[in-house]
This record gives sequence, C-alpha cells and structure tokens, in this order.
Amino acid sequence: MPLLHRLVRADHPAIPFTLDGVACEGRTGDTVLTAILTHADRLRLSEFSASPRAGFCQMGACQDCWIVLESGERLRACSTSLTAGMSIVTRRARAA
Amino acid sequence: MTGVSTSERPQPLIVGAGPAGIRAAQALVKAGLRPLVVDEAPSCGGQIYRQRLVSDGRSTRDLYGSEAPKAEALHRDFAALDGKLDYWPQALLWNLRDGRADIMIEGTSRQVAYDGLLLATGATDRTLPLPGWTLPGVFTLGGAQIALKSQGCAIGSKVVFLGSGPLLYLVAWQYMKAGARVAAVLDTAPFAAKFNLLRGLPLFPGIVLRGMRMTAELKLAGIALHYGVGDVRIEGASTVAAIAWRQDGMEHRLACDGIGYGLALRSETQAADLAGCRFAFNTRDRAALPERDAAGRTSVPGVYIAGDGAGIAGADAAERAGERAALALLQDRGLPHDAARAATLEAELASIGRFRDVLEAAFPFPAHWARDIADATTLCRCEEITAGEIRAAIGRFGVHELNRLKAVSRVGMGRCQGRVCGAAAAELLAHETGRGIEAIGRLRSQAPVKPVPLTLALSAQQQEAAE
Amino acid sequence: MSQRLSVDVAIIGGGLVGSSAALALRGMGFSVALLDKGYCGAQASGVNYGGVRRQGRPVEQLPLSQRAHAVWPRLRALIGIDGEFLRSGHLKLARNEDDMASLETYAEAVAEEGLGLELIGHNGLRERFGWIGDGVVGACFCAGDGHANPRLVSTGFAAAARRAGVEVLENTAVEGVTRDGEGFALEAAGNLTLRSRFVVNSAGAWAAPFAESFGEPAPLSRIYPSMVVTEPMEQVMSVNIGMEGGGIYARQVERGNVVVGGERALPLADPDFSRPRGDGAIAIMNNAAALFPGLRHAQAIRFWSGTEGAMPDRNPVIGPSLTTPGLIHAFGFTGAGFQIAPGVGEVLAELVRDGETQTPIAAFSIGRFREISARTDAGSGAGQNQEPQH
Repeated sequence: MPLLHRLVRADHPAIPFTLDGVACEGRTGDTVLTAILTHADRLRLSEFSASPRAGFCQMGACQDCWIVLESGERLRACSTSLTAGMSIVTRRARAA
Repeated sequence: MTGVSTSERPQPLIVGAGPAGIRAAQALVKAGLRPLVVDEAPSCGGQIYRQRLVSDGRSTRDLYGSEAPKAEALHRDFAALDGKLDYWPQALLWNLRDGRADIMIEGTSRQVAYDGLLLATGATDRTLPLPGWTLPGVFTLGGAQIALKSQGCAIGSKVVFLGSGPLLYLVAWQYMKAGARVAAVLDTAPFAAKFNLLRGLPLFPGIVLRGMRMTAELKLAGIALHYGVGDVRIEGASTVAAIAWRQDGMEHRLACDGIGYGLALRSETQAADLAGCRFAFNTRDRAALPERDAAGRTSVPGVYIAGDGAGIAGADAAERAGERAALALLQDRGLPHDAARAATLEAELASIGRFRDVLEAAFPFPAHWARDIADATTLCRCEEITAGEIRAAIGRFGVHELNRLKAVSRVGMGRCQGRVCGAAAAELLAHETGRGIEAIGRLRSQAPVKPVPLTLALSAQQQEAAE
Repeated sequence: MSQRLSVDVAIIGGGLVGSSAALALRGMGFSVALLDKGYCGAQASGVNYGGVRRQGRPVEQLPLSQRAHAVWPRLRALIGIDGEFLRSGHLKLARNEDDMASLETYAEAVAEEGLGLELIGHNGLRERFGWIGDGVVGACFCAGDGHANPRLVSTGFAAAARRAGVEVLENTAVEGVTRDGEGFALEAAGNLTLRSRFVVNSAGAWAAPFAESFGEPAPLSRIYPSMVVTEPMEQVMSVNIGMEGGGIYARQVERGNVVVGGERALPLADPDFSRPRGDGAIAIMNNAAALFPGLRHAQAIRFWSGTEGAMPDRNPVIGPSLTTPGLIHAFGFTGAGFQIAPGVGEVLAELVRDGETQTPIAAFSIGRFREISARTDAGSGAGQNQEPQH
C-alpha cells in the first residue's frame, strides 16, 4: 500500500524508474521520496533494527530518508528530484 | 577603514532564502550592495512559502491560503533582484570559519570569503518521541504540509494531526480544503489553554479570528477535535494502523494510516554556532538560542541573524527581522540606512513577540513528557537509542551535561546531528538529574552542518572572493 | 562557600591517565581526589581517534605499551564496560618501497618486544585485505592491536573511580599547587582547598604550568587532530588502518561508522576548543574514498577534533619530579596516549606506593628537558640549540 496519495499532477508526464527491480512511473515534479512512497510504504530499513522508515520532515533536516541506488550511490529522497532511469533499492539497511 | 573601497570588499553572505533572507537581500540590494544568497532549496520561499517543482493546476491561493499575497510578493520581489545579487540555490553551507564559508553545490565545495554574514536559516518542527513515531506514515506537521503544498500529495487516506501549536490546525485545515480525509485533530494542550488566545485578540485580531474560523470549519466538516490528549501511542506493524491516547482518564483509539505530528518549531542554529555566536537559554522556546540585539546583531561583529533561526516568531516576523538585520549591517558598514524604518520594524517585531507569548500559553509544551516517556520508546531515530538506554547512560556515567550525554549515549551523534532528538534528550536529561532545562548545557554544533559525500570535491578556485 | 579536603593523592586532570591512576590508587587503599577543570574524559582522552595500537611506537615505549596491552581485554572487569574494545589487528600500510623498508626496519628493531609483527607483501595484501584500494605496496600487521571507543573508555574509568570511592571533582580547575610541609596544598575553583601527600600532574595539554611552578618547564605544545565519521556502513574494513609516514588512519566500529583521521584542526578563539578545517576535512574524506573503494558512496555525518598535549620528541613525560618529592608527572602523549594510558595509570600508582616501578620509564623523565630549560632560564644566548635531548 502506497503511503502517499496524489491529489494533483496525476497526468503530468511520466518518469520511469525501478523500485527493488520493479518498473515504476513517477511524475514530472516528483521528489524521489514522492515517487517511491506513491508506490510503496517505505524508503529503507533502519541500520540497527532493520525497521521500515519512510522519512519524517520532508525538508532535508531529519536525514531519515537517505536511500540507496543499485549503483551504491546515496541520496536524500526528500530533497532530490526524480530522474529517469533511477534504480532504487529499499531492502538494504545500509550503505556499502 | 583601511582605504579599501566598499566595492572591493567581499560580498555579504545571506544564508537562507525564506522570508527573512529575501527581505534582507532586498534591503542590501536597495543600498547598493550585491549580496550572495545561498539556499538549500531549488527555489526561494523557505519552508512556509516553498514553491512547487513544477506547476500543477493549483493557484497560489490553493497553496498558501490567506497568506497567498505574502507568498506572491516574496517570490516576485526576490525574482526582481535577479542580476543584482548572486543566488546559489541547492547550495549547502556545510562549514563556517574565520570569515569564510564552505558551500557545497552539486558535489563540489567552494570557499567563499564574506564581509557580513546574515543567517536566516529558519526552523524545523519540534517533536518529542512517542511509541511508534518511527513508523512509515508518521511525518512532522511541516512534512505533511510540504507533501501537500509542494508535491500535491496527502500523507494518508485517513490522516490524524497530533501535537500542538498553530501549525496543527493550519495543516489539518489545509488537508481538509485539499480534499484529503482528516480523521481527527489531537491537541496535547487542554482546551482551557485556548482562552489565552483572547489576550491575543487586541494584538492581532486577524490571526486569532482566522484561527478560530479554521477550527470552526474543521468542526463543521465533522472532524473531531480532541484537547488535553496524553499518553499517545502510534500503532502498526510496518506502517501506521492506528493511534491510541488517553483523555480525561479515558482510553481512546482511532484507526488511521497517516499522522502529522509536531509541537511547535525549533530553530536551526548550527551555522550561528559555527560562526562563534554566543548562545543564551530562551525560556519561551525552551532552547539555547544565539544572543542578538533587537536589530539582529549577534555577539560576533559582522554576523547577523533573523527569522525563525534566531528564535521562533513566524513568517511575518521573519520578513521584518530580515530587513531589520540588513539595515543593521548597512549601519555597521557606515552606509546610509533608514533609521525610522528600522524603528518601525523593531516596534512591529516587539508586538509580534508579545503575541508569541500568547501563542505559547495557548499551545503549551507538554510538561510531563520526560516523566512519562517509556524506556522502550526510541528517542534517537538515527542511532536508534531508546529512552531507557539514555536513562541508563545518565545513571552509569553520572552525566548532567548534554554534550557528555551525547558522548556516552550517542544521542545526537547520528545523521541529523541532534536536530530531531536534541530537544527530547535535553528534556530527559533535565528531568532525570532534577535540573532545570536551562542548566544542562546545549549540544555544540559540529561541521558538516548536514551530511556531505566523502568524494566532495574541492573547487579549483578554492577561494572565491566575490567582487 | 569554602570546602576543605584532605587526601593521600590529588590528581590534576581527569583524562584516561588521571582516572586510571585514580582507580589503581584507590584499589591500593589510598584516598584519592581526581580534579578536572571540565568533565573527566572530555578532552584528548575522550576525543582521540581510538586506536589501541602498539605497532609504530618508539621502542622505549613498548614495555609500558605491553603492560597496557594486558589491561585492555580486562576492561569489563575493571570498569564495568568493554569500551567497545575490539582486538581487530592493526595494519600499517606502505605506499612505496621506501615506506616498506621503514616498516621492515621497525619490525626488525622491535623483534624482541613480542608484538608479533607480520610483514605482508603486495600479493598477500590483495589476498587478505582485498578491500584496500590501489597505491599500496605492502604493510605490516599487528594482530594483537585494535581499537576502542575513547568517549566510553575515558568516561568509564572516571565513573569506575567514583564508584570505587575516589572523590571526583569536575568543573574544578586547580588554580595553584604549593609544597606545604610534608605534602601539598591545592587551591581549586569553588573555594576548594585540598591537602595531599602526593600530587599527580596528568593535566594533558594544560600540564606545563603545574610543572613549571615547581621549576620544571617542559616544552609542551598543542596539537589538534582532525576526525571525520561516516554514516553507518556495511562492513568496509576489518582492521585498524594506519600509514607509514603519516597520512590518514581509519577504523570501522561495530555499529558500522567509519572513523577517519588525519590532517590537523585549528583552535578556536578559546584555544581549548578546536574544529577541523574545511579543506583539511575534504582531504581526509577524499583520501579515505580513494584508499577504500567501499567508502566511495559514503557520507560524512560528523567531524570532531580535540586538544592534545605534544612533546617535541614525541615521547610523553612520565615519572617523578626531579625538584619536588611527592610530585609525579604524566603528560604530553602527543596523539598516542590512548593505548598506553591504562598502563601509565598502574605505573603512577606504583610510583606513589613504592616510589618506583618495574616498568622502564627512564626515557620519559622530565629531566631530559632540564638542560634546555636551564639554558633558557639563563636568558642571554640561551635557546640556540632548541633540539630536545633524548
């Protein structure tokens, strides 16, 4: 079940990305956080207890939404715009 | 003066392009200076007047409600400064030292020498840990508002708003207006506290009446408003499923899938700390804040502070404080400045300050949080440290100072550097040691202000003394 | 309100040296006061890199270092916590053949000291430590070395000393010490007057004035190491890493954060506090990302620095005063005090109890600076040869 529910921009141009290997579509104007959470109910697993996390402040302060791309690259989901072709992994608890 | 003409001096640096930063920039440009404005966001406005990444069919009225004219004016006025200042959006000030700022843009760090530093770093939500608050679906009130305003999303299909402060009712009302389903508003303050707002009527009747109208509209829409809510628990296995609380001795429970939570705001003070500003405890905000005079001068010559980053006072105050601090900068540089305007701004700020006291009384801080927080509750989200572990560390090491607590418990040592957990850690330490919240010290800020990549590149032109 | 105290031993400075000495002395039955101008373990002892390393120390430090080596695995019994001590091994890298030759020379020189050093060539390094990137020709491994959490160990010793009955007085700066009859009189903040038979001067970077007040000036300077910490990572490295000839040093804690040190920080307006330089931090971060490919996507979340006392010959001052009976010095560990400090504490306790110790410490006598200071004191023409005498 997605966490976020779109109220607008549903018809904006699609931006393809993959989430844990599954093909997904975000919308122009999406942050990475929005793109993920309109498809899924978490962004990542926490480092120490592997509990699900989905961000908190959405304004780049709490640092709870750092996610991993398949390349290993790390980014803060709430303050990064979605770009086409991102391969996002939510299963991994840690950066490596 | 050393004979160096003003135009050869480095630029003033403004950190933050919210209401305070924008008005400060405008005043400096008007006086003939060319400031550099750095801001983390992709466009100006700060959090309160944050802009969308793309247009989405909504009007500014839809986005900002009654504050739309102010938002439009700020966005428009800042755009009009184009060419007269330097503006670096998506730029993180990550270190400050000896009149130089280290600023990261797209993975490269540039060092900027500045002459005059005006900090307008804003605020984030203040929260206190609760059972279940790390569950997906729980966002801060500000986070819930940004999801709606900037991304056009609701944080759930059945949303509860929890906490206290004007933002609680504002965000609930905005969600309702946007067509999202609001299940309830849970105010941790008792209903009786709201009578304090009557004292605010003569000061700012418009704001008080608007708040009352919002509350009335929420009620008319059938949204339950609960006051004096305590012992709150957020339930769910992998996401939020329900919220439970106690009220007037009765147990309550409500199914929901999204929660917006906040207990007023807290200032972002890292940059002021790195700049060497002296701090003093502020009773109203229950936090150590940079000392400043009525104009916004800090204890460090040439460093000014304005807006919520200097103490919570809201967007209207931020606009005035930004302009006021800029006038102080001009005056201290020996440039002409409008003294009458400065006096007017200070009077308005003082009046807003009195109103803030009213708001604080109407939305008081939950007094017994530290006493009641269960040992099993996660206090530090980053390092996943429970309240019980912190209590144990306080006892084992005999700690009674906040930085020592950080050293032995890791609280505040994670990615957020204490932004989220710092207030809670301070409240818990004060309670456990029987000291006043003002007597346990404050977390010293360290660079980097926010995480930076290990591959951060040093710019070829390491020092940019901007002309 | 004035307060009077009388104890057998007054220890100035609640760092790891002072607090471990306090604990050892209390165990011998002495009454002890441990005084710190701030909080115990909040300066160099608590904010150092956390290396628990014998490898690379000057040979004269090794007997003391070996003594401390025996203490580290007993921390839980001694202070109630293990201080996150990990006997991970310490690997010292050589970036070129010259550095490798230095490692070989060192290994030969300390062969009799029981460190169990193992020289590893390029291929062996690839095989066993494949997570290290290019640009390293060989290394020397000390399997018995490791690392620990300085914030916990130092504070833990002070807390254990307090539980054992040591009078721990924090935020109590010592303002003056004088010889008084058979013992000493100390004046401290808060109108505290303290009498003691012995004084241990373990005041770290702040120790020189106390020594000087007893006619023993010491060329103590300050250094400010610079540290960077990453977010918690999957395992990137398995051992504590150092580099021959300087550069960065790095370790990964069990929780996953990687701590990387190197460069020097700069003091703030209050020189008791310091912060890493921006460009210095970037250099550390870039070097770490280049040396450890597993860190190339890591984010740095925190920097820190601390104030350490340094001696020109990189050896500490440890031992009895040569001017004043009952006064014992232990300071100037020059960024390498963490591992040996628990051993130093035991030695200091023996010096108080027995007037001597079986652990050789002659090389650390404050007397090695006497000649210089005498000439300096003489004034004209002094100080032409600033090189300290070994």
